[in-house]
Amino acid sequence: MISDAPPIITTRFGYDDSHTLDRFLATGGYAGLRAALRRSPQQVVEDVKAASLLGRGGAGFPAGVKWGFPPANVWPRYLVVNGDESEPGTYKDRMLMERDPHQLIEGVLIACYAVGLSQAFLYVRGEMALAQERIANALNEAYEVGYVGRNILGTDFSVDVVLHWGAGAYIVGEETGLIESLEGNRGMPRLKPPYFPAAIGLYQKPTIVNNVETLSNLPWIVRNGGDKFAALGAETSKGMRMFAVSGHVNKPGVYEVEFGVTTFRDLIEAPIYCGGVRHGKRLKAFIPGGASAPWFYEEHLDLPLEKVTVDKAGSMLGSGAIVVMDEDTDVVRACHRVVRFFAKESCGKCTPCREGTSWLEKILERIIGGSGRPEDVDLLLDICDNISPGINWPPRQTTICPLGPSTVSPIASAVSRFRHEFEAYVGGPVEVTVPMNGLAYRAPEVAASG
Amino acid sequence: MARFNQENEELAREIIARYPVLKSATIPLCHLAQEQDGHLTDEAMEHIAELLGLTPAEVLGTASFYEMFKREPVGKYVVNVCTSISCFLNGGDELLEHAESRLGTKAGGRSDDGLFFLEGYECIAACTEAPCLQVNYRYFHRISNAEFDELIDDLRAGRRDDIPPHGTLALVRQRISEDRAAGVAHPDGSGQPVWLRDRPALQDSAPS
Repeated sequence: MISDAPPIITTRFGYDDSHTLDRFLATGGYAGLRAALRRSPQQVVEDVKAASLLGRGGAGFPAGVKWGFPPANVWPRYLVVNGDESEPGTYKDRMLMERDPHQLIEGVLIACYAVGLSQAFLYVRGEMALAQERIANALNEAYEVGYVGRNILGTDFSVDVVLHWGAGAYIVGEETGLIESLEGNRGMPRLKPPYFPAAIGLYQKPTIVNNVETLSNLPWIVRNGGDKFAALGAETSKGMRMFAVSGHVNKPGVYEVEFGVTTFRDLIEAPIYCGGVRHGKRLKAFIPGGASAPWFYEEHLDLPLEKVTVDKAGSMLGSGAIVVMDEDTDVVRACHRVVRFFAKESCGKCTPCREGTSWLEKILERIIGGSGRPEDVDLLLDICDNISPGINWPPRQTTICPLGPSTVSPIASAVSRFRHEFEAYVGGPVEVTVPMNGLAYRAPEVAASG
Repeated sequence: MARFNQENEELAREIIARYPVLKSATIPLCHLAQEQDGHLTDEAMEHIAELLGLTPAEVLGTASFYEMFKREPVGKYVVNVCTSISCFLNGGDELLEHAESRLGTKAGGRSDDGLFFLEGYECIAACTEAPCLQVNYRYFHRISNAEFDELIDDLRAGRRDDIPPHGTLALVRQRISEDRAAGVAHPDGSGQPVWLRDRPALQDSAPS
């Protein structure tokens, strides 16, 4: 369904000076912070819980619930903002940081006030020079007039927001890797449990890690009420959400749409969004939620962009990144391109991922290079099965973080649906003996009956 | 070249003062060193270690994990052509090939005149604007071969002073004046924030 609900977090994108304090204040800026400060922190938490705001980083965990995890009477608590957007296909946090940095800062302040967070670190991806610049400028402006720092707006609420920036490492987007990096270490994820840094995080203290888009929604929620937010969307997916649609479409772009009701077909085909697969071609496959997600096909187009529905269909909405491949796409090469990414970005801490991802990359290179053997395809799956037993969805892990299992998604997707393309490369029939249990890896008739 | 000059050392101390634990400043200081020298030198890492109370090996141990830190000179401009999935589907490989021939180097090397360092890069979050690239981490969206050539010509001719030399990221630095600062929250030093006192405590406690 194409909804006419107005946008929430992209409302200033049309202004050339959307990143300035003047424009921000002229368009309702910092009214959410003022509204929050008139209430108790607990009331603000309740409002965000009522909104049922799901985290927009990838895992989709409810933000209000996460906020309730810090153990009582352990202080200080920290906020770490995850602005390390780097999942292939994902482009929305950079836009929010470059074009509306004050909205993000306002969200940061609301979170700190509500949860009692004593210092905030805004971790921006190293490669995003303009985002760093805009946030630095916005923070300087906000400090100067008293929105950030000591005794904010004349109240007893005081918090420093520190701009921090990375130096190029995808794995730092994983929240415990992010914390390691912020502590000045190699960005290697931490062993779980504890499953949430909210219990033990930065400097071993309770730490809330929230994504840029998640926090950017807070000013609107506080201004308008959590119930208004929850009135948008459907089922477990409330509010509006940003989706980047790239690849072979007529109008690739980033669209803020009503969550839970808009369908993949709406986004890909509607004239107000992407306007269909380009050059009148047919759709071959699409990645519904960033490079880590199992691929979807024509029969999935009418699914709504709703978390539980997409999870049940065997994939995920992940980071809001949809990548469309047309009928002419060489899926073996596309698969290799995604696998290469994970092989390069593996931090090397866990053996199945460190060894497995690079083996997968090399075998795919051999196949593309014309030296592949028919048994290589089953070998790929065997390695996948070692990284993520059962090749299931959600994936089982033999590793600390989900990077290794993410490599399995493109391979199982490509092999299960396009085995003939691998056969064309290796020059003979391919036998597949390793079971792939994820629902998206099964042919439509199997998926329908199973 | 190498250790921080006086101005940058003062800036380094200002950055360090924002963090509850000194080591957290490692990456920002490595960036500052790279901004000063164009790449990250051993002498700079030794100086950073002194400032943070670390060993030089600890600084190197962190820095070597991150691909933006270059331990060899890379010239004035680092050109990153994205070849990740969305750009791959939209001509990113062809753009990189063109860049290689235009700059006379394979990806991972420097141009003959030493001005450029070319990299095939993974996703830089401009997926809807494919094919895309960065010069010193400034974005160029939907780039054709002709536009690439024009950009390189402009850079060679010094017509793009909006792009600072490699090592400089944001052109604006965060400044927290003493009279506005809330102060760092030391992990073992601060109690419940004042604005939470005399107000209902948060109810849920954590699973661990």
